[in-house]
Amino acid sequence: MLDCGLPLTSFDLVYETYGTLNAQRSNAILICHALSGTHHVAGHYPGQPRSSGWWDNMVGPGKPVDTNRFFVIGVNNLGGCDGSTGPSSIDPATGHPYGPYFPFVTVQDWVQAQARLADHLHIDCFAAVMGGSLGGMQALQWSLTYPHRLRHAIVIAAAPNLSAQNIGFNEVARQAITTDPDFHGGNYYAQGVIPERGLRLARMLGHITYLSDDAMMEKFGRDLLAKAPHFSLEVEFEIESYLRYQGKKFSERFDANTYLIMTKALDYFDPALPYGGQLSKALARAQANFLVVSFTSDWRFSPARSREILKALLDNGLAVSYAEIDSSQGHDAFLMENPDYFAVMHAYLARVFEGLPHA
Amino acid sequence: MREPLSFAARADWLALASWIEPRSRVLDLGCGDGQLLRHLQQTRQVSGYGIEIEPARVVSAVRNGVNVLQMNLETGLSGFDDRSFDTVILSQTLQAMRHTEAILREILRVGREGIVTFPNFGFWKNRMQVLGGVMPKSQAMPYEWFDTPNIHLCTLRDFESLCPRIGARVVQRLVIGPQGEPVELFPNLRGSLAIYRIQPQERRP
Repeated sequence: MLDCGLPLTSFDLVYETYGTLNAQRSNAILICHALSGTHHVAGHYPGQPRSSGWWDNMVGPGKPVDTNRFFVIGVNNLGGCDGSTGPSSIDPATGHPYGPYFPFVTVQDWVQAQARLADHLHIDCFAAVMGGSLGGMQALQWSLTYPHRLRHAIVIAAAPNLSAQNIGFNEVARQAITTDPDFHGGNYYAQGVIPERGLRLARMLGHITYLSDDAMMEKFGRDLLAKAPHFSLEVEFEIESYLRYQGKKFSERFDANTYLIMTKALDYFDPALPYGGQLSKALARAQANFLVVSFTSDWRFSPARSREILKALLDNGLAVSYAEIDSSQGHDAFLMENPDYFAVMHAYLARVFEGLPHA
Repeated sequence: MREPLSFAARADWLALASWIEPRSRVLDLGCGDGQLLRHLQQTRQVSGYGIEIEPARVVSAVRNGVNVLQMNLETGLSGFDDRSFDTVILSQTLQAMRHTEAILREILRVGREGIVTFPNFGFWKNRMQVLGGVMPKSQAMPYEWFDTPNIHLCTLRDFESLCPRIGARVVQRLVIGPQGEPVELFPNLRGSLAIYRIQPQERRP
């Protein structure tokens, strides 16, 4: 039974693992992905040099999440479009894709599905659950739903809930998709089309909000592809070219219905809601040790939002460290290699390793 | 700024630790690499948090197994509720702060009491160096005048005259000499390091 009240009788979750589970089954780290991530967190598939995992700089041998020490699990969330059951999967009841009939899923649903995966792998307690952005929200939710099933929660570039501005951005992205004539009320699979223009626009908007003004200026400036303006609506500026490329790439790999329900999951996330908006009360259940990380130029999930989480953890006397990383990369900074960020992650994960029951 | 494991630093830790209630809640402002907090965790079983701004020190503190929060003390402790800690420590950081008065007021707001330690500028060797025409350098103040982070150095008398102004009452004072020995006679002249325990003048109900 899902949060929205609808049942999902059976579902698949696709996952990848890296490293080796120790005899005590105590060294597992669960990596939760953000809006458009997948279970493919690290490494390359054989013969596919361009298939590097989305957090390959963070996870691998000798990296902060050292796969020589930890057993790392990447999972594609319920509702996804990379192998786990989602809107583009076939509904066994009808023989057709779920499409718009796939139930809305929440962060809480994801955590519960991930816990079933942990059961399946006979992991009672994770050494850590971690993620950035929407992934960080899952790590936070883990500490509330299963307080005794994780020793550390690593919450990066996250927020205790979305601001109105954030929900606004998501709504524009959703409108871009649902007003695309190829959307067909979400039943585009049967028509043999995808709402490609809508997906492109949604992703372009997303990319603008993931970067900072400074980072965009630094990366693209006002550079033109040609030497002089053409006075046309074709691609002229480097930034236009970049956004169109990102939009196109995304529309080729991502399912529009998945995008819709993932953004709704973000909008609905609000663990303090049942406690009258008091995050401190919501976190009274938590037992884990926390690392909270934010980035100075992230205006989508700003440091102030991470400090709200921090404040609630302090109110409960929980063990927490907080790093506010100086970065110009905006929200995307959590995916980038930055010496201060990686040094904190290395140091904290070394602590996680030293604290393992066997060590 | 706190020097890791210098003799003077360890001397003030020992004294300071004895003033900390076992199992109390401690906030260490400018916690550096977190060694003091770790010492207090081990010897007094405190539940503690440290605040540090410098990225490399934050990393060291994480490595040392303490709860470290990367924040700028100069902007105050607005994330912390009134009297949310038993003791707020400012160990050898006061002299490097821009907003001296503001941080002392914040200590008295957030903590039930504060422990403030600083190098005594009135120490006779410092006075001798000034008399000799140069800025003082010592174990407790190892910097050249042109690269020192210390911008608000003071003597015991200076600090004590500031206390009423910020609503602080000195509850206990320990002055130690360069070998870590307690100094009772002419402390403003013979002491190199001062350790004060302060509380709000009027205890809030």
